[in-house]
Amino acid sequence: MDLMMNLMPAAAEIFLLVMACLILIADLMIKQSGRLLTYVWVQFTLMGCALITVGTHDNIAVHAFNNMFVDDLMSDVLKLLTYLAMSMMLVYSRQYLTVRGLFTGEFMVLALFAMLGMMVMISASHFLTLYLGLELLSLSLYAIVALQRDSSVATEAAMKYFILGALASGLLLYGMSMLYGATGSLELDAVSNAIQSGEADQRLLVFGLAFVVSGLAFKLGVVPFHMWVPDVYHGAPTAMTMLIGSAPKLAAFAFVVRILVEGLQPLVQHWSGMLIILAIASMGLGNLTAIAQTNLKRMFAYSTIAHMGFMLLGLLSGGIEGYGAAMFYTVVYVLMSLGAFGMIMLMSREGFEADTLNDFKGLNQRSPWLAFLMLLLMFSMAGVPPTVGFYAKFSVLNAVVQSGHIWLAVVAVLFSLIGAFYYLRIVKLMYFDAPESHTPISVGQDTVLLMSLNSLGVLLLGLLPGGLMSICAVAVQQSLLLH
Amino acid sequence: MIFGLPVISVAIWLPIIFGILVLSTGDDKNAPLARILAMIGAVLGFLVTIPLYTGFAYDTSQMQFVELHDWISRFNIHYHLGVDGISVLFILLTAFFTPIVVLAGWLVIEKRVAQYMASFLIMSGVMIGVFAALDAILFYVFWEAMLIPMFLIIGIWGGQNRVYAAVKFFLYTLLGSLLMLVALIYLYNRSGGSFSILDFHQVAIPMTAQILIFIAFFFAFAVKVPMFPVHTWLPDAHVEAPTGGSVILAAIMLKVGAYGFLRFSVPIVPDASHQLAGVMIALSLIAVVYIGLVALAQSDMKKLVAYSSISHMGFVTLGIFIFNAYGMEGALLQMISHGFVSGALFLCVGVLYDRMHSRNIADYGGVANTMPVFAAFFMLFAMANSGLPGTSGFVGEFTVILGAMKANFWYAFAASTTLVFGAAYTLWMYKRVIFGAVANSHVAELTDLTLREKVIMAILAVTVLGMGLYPLPFSEIMHASVNDLLVHVAHSKLP
Repeated sequence: MDLMMNLMPAAAEIFLLVMACLILIADLMIKQSGRLLTYVWVQFTLMGCALITVGTHDNIAVHAFNNMFVDDLMSDVLKLLTYLAMSMMLVYSRQYLTVRGLFTGEFMVLALFAMLGMMVMISASHFLTLYLGLELLSLSLYAIVALQRDSSVATEAAMKYFILGALASGLLLYGMSMLYGATGSLELDAVSNAIQSGEADQRLLVFGLAFVVSGLAFKLGVVPFHMWVPDVYHGAPTAMTMLIGSAPKLAAFAFVVRILVEGLQPLVQHWSGMLIILAIASMGLGNLTAIAQTNLKRMFAYSTIAHMGFMLLGLLSGGIEGYGAAMFYTVVYVLMSLGAFGMIMLMSREGFEADTLNDFKGLNQRSPWLAFLMLLLMFSMAGVPPTVGFYAKFSVLNAVVQSGHIWLAVVAVLFSLIGAFYYLRIVKLMYFDAPESHTPISVGQDTVLLMSLNSLGVLLLGLLPGGLMSICAVAVQQSLLLH
Repeated sequence: MIFGLPVISVAIWLPIIFGILVLSTGDDKNAPLARILAMIGAVLGFLVTIPLYTGFAYDTSQMQFVELHDWISRFNIHYHLGVDGISVLFILLTAFFTPIVVLAGWLVIEKRVAQYMASFLIMSGVMIGVFAALDAILFYVFWEAMLIPMFLIIGIWGGQNRVYAAVKFFLYTLLGSLLMLVALIYLYNRSGGSFSILDFHQVAIPMTAQILIFIAFFFAFAVKVPMFPVHTWLPDAHVEAPTGGSVILAAIMLKVGAYGFLRFSVPIVPDASHQLAGVMIALSLIAVVYIGLVALAQSDMKKLVAYSSISHMGFVTLGIFIFNAYGMEGALLQMISHGFVSGALFLCVGVLYDRMHSRNIADYGGVANTMPVFAAFFMLFAMANSGLPGTSGFVGEFTVILGAMKANFWYAFAASTTLVFGAAYTLWMYKRVIFGAVANSHVAELTDLTLREKVIMAILAVTVLGMGLYPLPFSEIMHASVNDLLVHVAHSKLP
């Protein structure tokens, strides 16, 4: 009975682990021509996870495994979005990977393990669980980036990713060990209480905090710990870039919130100052450097850096407003980046990567519908209404103003203005320039349908953003502020 | 109500829905269908706004035709629409110009017709939304959404340097808008969680904050007006935009900025407005005098009309910031008149450009010999632009000068110079283009207006003359709202 009480909150993770292992074995028997079977199986696994997560949902937060694991509304919402993002990623990349010979069982199984890591991160309430989830995610991603063995660029990217990722993990562990030394616990609630009691050594705490924040900044890819982002985004095959750039951001959000808000809330005056610096530097460097890029994937890498900086603004503002806004921003960002990378894959074909700016020239003449969808995504990334990107920026700015940092809001909008320039340039290329190639864009119906749903979703959520905003706010409120 | 539907919503969404329909006709094989659909949408779009005028109650400054629904309840944002004496005429003006630009681009636009027509229809709906929105976020959404179709119109169908102009236009206006957004969020928190513009009017705000908010609004609205010294995007945008784009820019989009001053800056931060009125008046007079002189030096017809627009809009901001009834009503009348006149002038330049593919004044001369009917229409609009009594141009300028005279003799003096400069640059251009001997063989081959062009010109000529001879229908509708605004502004909002 006691065991079941512990297992139930983690039912989705257990199911996923079992399925991933089964797929790993079964896939050995499947010939390359039958790989579609594995694909369908993976999609059904994701669906099964979603059903289990919804089915085991409880209105109160349930702790399991001696408080190492928590199942609350925020984790459920984030997990469901993670499944969705992974499922969309697989649909987008199927054709792209097939023509490149990368549509293999390993890819799908590694993706599932990466997702398991994300789910553990999302549900962790203990430094060790957090770290375990993070490593499971990271190691799977390193392998996925390196999957294209004969590509030197991809191998280089994987190497960089691995070394810098290992460094970041080291920083994080070092910081955690100091926090453990100061508070005598690894459990987030206990750490928080110990700090609150005032008995812990303040100097040691702040020292540990600095390392933890550096580690988190590495994982989020914010300046000055961003060096791996452009290289990995650029070097990895686009499907892998999409995998790295989408769902893990949701897990990273949960990771940061769990550590900083649940565990280290009493140190808020210390870490909010650090986050201000990280946020401003990221928005500045990300947006300015993106302008100089000619490679689309690199440009999106820098744009990610800027977006993550903007998201941090929400976190450092605090309160339900701030955390809710940061969560909403992350969710919206994931939706937009799925669409953007999806578009790059859609335009690519055998032996050709549509990853430079020039490849988008004159898209309006080649395919007005795709151009329109990309237009929506770009205006959304720039934060122009009536797309949902505007509300993401709006809710973060609102939180910033409410916390009294009006100057920070002004800085943020000025950097957004700079950011608007390079998104606008893509629209310019698509609509104002003549196409360089007239090769017809041949893509599967499923991809185009998903692309349309994705972009129109950005527009529709922009017209009616209230629901998603409320879900984020309620989730954050229930998970963070009631304990 | 039209068939049980709320009037303003129909006026906003009908053109947008038609725009989407036009878009769905696809590529240029279906161009005739796209044109006809666009025309139906534009005309219907105008017809549905007429109840706003006929059903308008003149004796109240309250909002009318109000629609109020929840939209984003988490931030207390509402779908809140309504009109008063200040905004109602602009909605009609916007809807009035949409069929005209559709007609003006009828055969001239040959590539991607559906996208062109759809952009104008969607923009028409969105601009009506800007004038009717009573919720700050709803206003902001319409305000920004307006940029997207205009950006595409300039960039796709514009002239040589269109890309530069389109990007400049977009970034310039976005800068102002984003600062305004921060100000709106501040006001939201200050007002205790309401985004209603009417609530903003009642919030007490300390002086420093008022000044900062005024500056943020100034960036947003002054760029759109455009006021000196943030006007430099306008000549570029106008010159590069296709004729229809220039018409909408001049006739409607510039008015959005001045409308913003009236709806936001002046009533929300009245103390800062009074404090900074001197600066605003100075900038307005610089626009009137200096930009008037700049217009005199232009060799490009479209640029000349663009500079003349800036100069005339200087009258509008002057009228607003002298804070008396003459000034403010004059400003509103000037905005409407300028819409008709500048729209008409851009169409005239467009008529010549379509035939000669040149906007250079030096390439013309003696056009009256080959295009007599056109010369007559052009004459009327040129006169209206120089403020000849009997045309609409006179009404607004005269009223603003009257108001300026009440405030300070020298304001009025400086403003009146426009009657000289305006006449000088407009008529001098007219003389060089229209009169004289036939300049070259191209001019000799010109053909006079087609029926389509005659219809457009005739409609505008009637409105310009009508408003000039009998301005009462335009002015009486705004009395109550303007007086109420002035009373409101006279009270300090310092806490």
